[in-house]
Amino acid sequence: MDSVVGIINLINEKHFLKELTYDRCLASVPFAGRYRLIDFTLSNLIHAGVKSVAVFTKEKYRSIMDHLGSGKEWDLDRRTGGLFILPPIHPEKEIKGDLQQFYDHIEFFQRSAADTVIISPGHHVCKIDYTDIIQNHRNKKADITVVYKKYDGIPVQKPIYHRCSVDHTGAISDINLYTFPQKDQDICLETYIINKYILIDLIKKCVENDEYDFLKDIVKANLNKLNINSYEFEGSMPFIHSIESFHHGNMAFLNQDIAQNFFHQDWAVYTKIKHEAPVKYSSSSCVSNSLIANGCEIEGTVENSIIFRGVKIKKGAVVKNSIIMQKGEIEEGAFVDYVITDKQVTISKDRVVSGDLRPLVIKKAEMI
Amino acid sequence: MGSKKWIAMLLAGGQGTRLGELTNAIAKPAVPFGGKYRIIDFTLSNCTHSGIDTVGVLTQYEPHLLNDYVGNGRAWDLDRNDGGVTVLPPYWGKDGGKWYKGTANAVYQNIHYINQYNPEYVLIISGDHIYKMDYNRLLEYHMEKGSQATIAVIEVPWQEASRFGIMNTNESKKILEFEEKPEFPKNNLASMGVYLFNWKLLKQYLIRDEEDTTSSNDFGKNIIPKMLTDGVKMYAYQFHGYWKDVGTVRSLWEAHMDLLGDKPSFSLNDSRWNIYAGNANHPPQFIAPGAIVKESLVNEGCSIYGQVDHSILSYNVQVGHGTTIKNSVIMPDVIIGNNVEIHRAIIAPYTIIEDGAVIGSENEQDDITLIGDNQRISFQLKEVL
Repeated sequence: MDSVVGIINLINEKHFLKELTYDRCLASVPFAGRYRLIDFTLSNLIHAGVKSVAVFTKEKYRSIMDHLGSGKEWDLDRRTGGLFILPPIHPEKEIKGDLQQFYDHIEFFQRSAADTVIISPGHHVCKIDYTDIIQNHRNKKADITVVYKKYDGIPVQKPIYHRCSVDHTGAISDINLYTFPQKDQDICLETYIINKYILIDLIKKCVENDEYDFLKDIVKANLNKLNINSYEFEGSMPFIHSIESFHHGNMAFLNQDIAQNFFHQDWAVYTKIKHEAPVKYSSSSCVSNSLIANGCEIEGTVENSIIFRGVKIKKGAVVKNSIIMQKGEIEEGAFVDYVITDKQVTISKDRVVSGDLRPLVIKKAEMI
Repeated sequence: MGSKKWIAMLLAGGQGTRLGELTNAIAKPAVPFGGKYRIIDFTLSNCTHSGIDTVGVLTQYEPHLLNDYVGNGRAWDLDRNDGGVTVLPPYWGKDGGKWYKGTANAVYQNIHYINQYNPEYVLIISGDHIYKMDYNRLLEYHMEKGSQATIAVIEVPWQEASRFGIMNTNESKKILEFEEKPEFPKNNLASMGVYLFNWKLLKQYLIRDEEDTTSSNDFGKNIIPKMLTDGVKMYAYQFHGYWKDVGTVRSLWEAHMDLLGDKPSFSLNDSRWNIYAGNANHPPQFIAPGAIVKESLVNEGCSIYGQVDHSILSYNVQVGHGTTIKNSVIMPDVIIGNNVEIHRAIIAPYTIIEDGAVIGSENEQDDITLIGDNQRISFQLKEVL
């Protein structure tokens, strides 16, 4: 699809994953054993045949740059198009909204040969078929298509989701910003298809009028002026908006129907390749209902857990209902239950750590 | 293009007939190894870690997979502007073309390739051994000894010495005699198939060897003995580490078993010496409730519902409920049904083992069972196997 360019918009990211986003952006939070959240969105774009993708970053983007590199793993190291990482042009100035940064990089849109733009945040864990959405967008001769999903996540503490109302023709009739969603309400996934020329025009107009929010100032403000279509995503997608829902979303991958759908059907999820050896199990290892990535050495007990690349679980250690990120080390006799350890965390010999009402998060490189 | 200190020529054209059906459609260096790798990865990774940035890979037998796999060498960091990896199959030139007649002829036919880099030394290595070796030590030794040709050797048990090419040396490790598979070995230093030559000298010998119509154009049979006769200064460099020739079904199985145990004789998980491999995007493995996995290596993409004991599973292997796999090597994309038993076997890629099948024997005296690729093994076949 040379006529389509992909935008991964990290400008509206919130800090609801706390410790996990202290020094990385939400899109680069590790997920499901060997991925970063952004891998899912990026892989969806690639499999729709999008050959040019720009990632608009706001802050803490070192880890995302390191992860994406030249884009080779996603086949985005291209002579024409490929991967563009577009950080703020004036980092000293406050960013007033995504439109401001789109405006600062307006040349990217102007120079692109595409006529259609896909915009998506970087943290949705889903397999969404953009070719179908674009087909629908074109059939309906829409100016903008808003992708939504019926809410099936766990309750939220803060009003962070935008609800959309869809009329009988499939057009968006209203958008309620910042709501507490109820089950089965139509929640805007902040994923849009938009005609590029309309987008360029509206970016300029909005910024001239000091308006900087895509959803509010381009979509909501034009509900009566533009043909704004909707598309319901019916596939599986964990709503991630808290440590608890992040844990829940990871654990969903222990359900083999979900894992099969993500990993073995339609298209693969690409991520940065590391050259790690197969997992080594010893005579004392005891593993059940868990996902384990390469480079791990498992000597202890692991149950209902997600173990990332290069983790060592020593003899007599027990890990339950937990997420152990890259290069973690659980020493002899330690007991870990309902915990999320960020990268390079060590749980010392015989220590007991466990979450309570919420999973306990242990910061990157800490030694407990 | 400037001159290079050294380049490597990797012999990867071997058919590996003793590996049976594993090499029906692929060359021996392309045979899967260790759950994630192909045999050639070990030598290519050695080059990377030794800082050799130019490697010619000589292919001939069933080259498609190998050509595609090696590609531009990116997996081994060998995608370089100056040098890098080049796959060198036999070719047609102004004066015609020929198949590679032997290992020496393969290098002879690529003299122009080597001349482009004008190297001082040429390292000849082969793509069918499992080992981790820093070739710099060999080069330092070669220079220190003022050697013109240095052969890496490894001590083998005396009772096995007659299976190898044996170097008879004096006390300063100068090679006096080379014996291919001697009936009564005088020494137990076996050639590892790793040779370092001064390029100018080797070139002369390759040209002369080509003129000799009686020669079988082989390094071990012709070039080395000829150099010895001529009094070329040749030294043996003794390598202390793990090295295994995986030329037979049994040795391939043994080398896999060497990777297992709490203190394996050869470890793949070595952050200072990663083995790089060309294909690697598979999801994490899933170990189901009730599964038992012990003393094993399991790669990404696997899902295990049964029992895996002292075995190696490559990517995308499925193991059903009630199934037991013991002391076995399961190659990529094998589907194993429920209530299957597999003992002391190698299962080639893309095989389907149906429910209830029994494969292999627990008896250590019996041969290792090899199930060739793309087969469907059903319960009814159990008697035959």
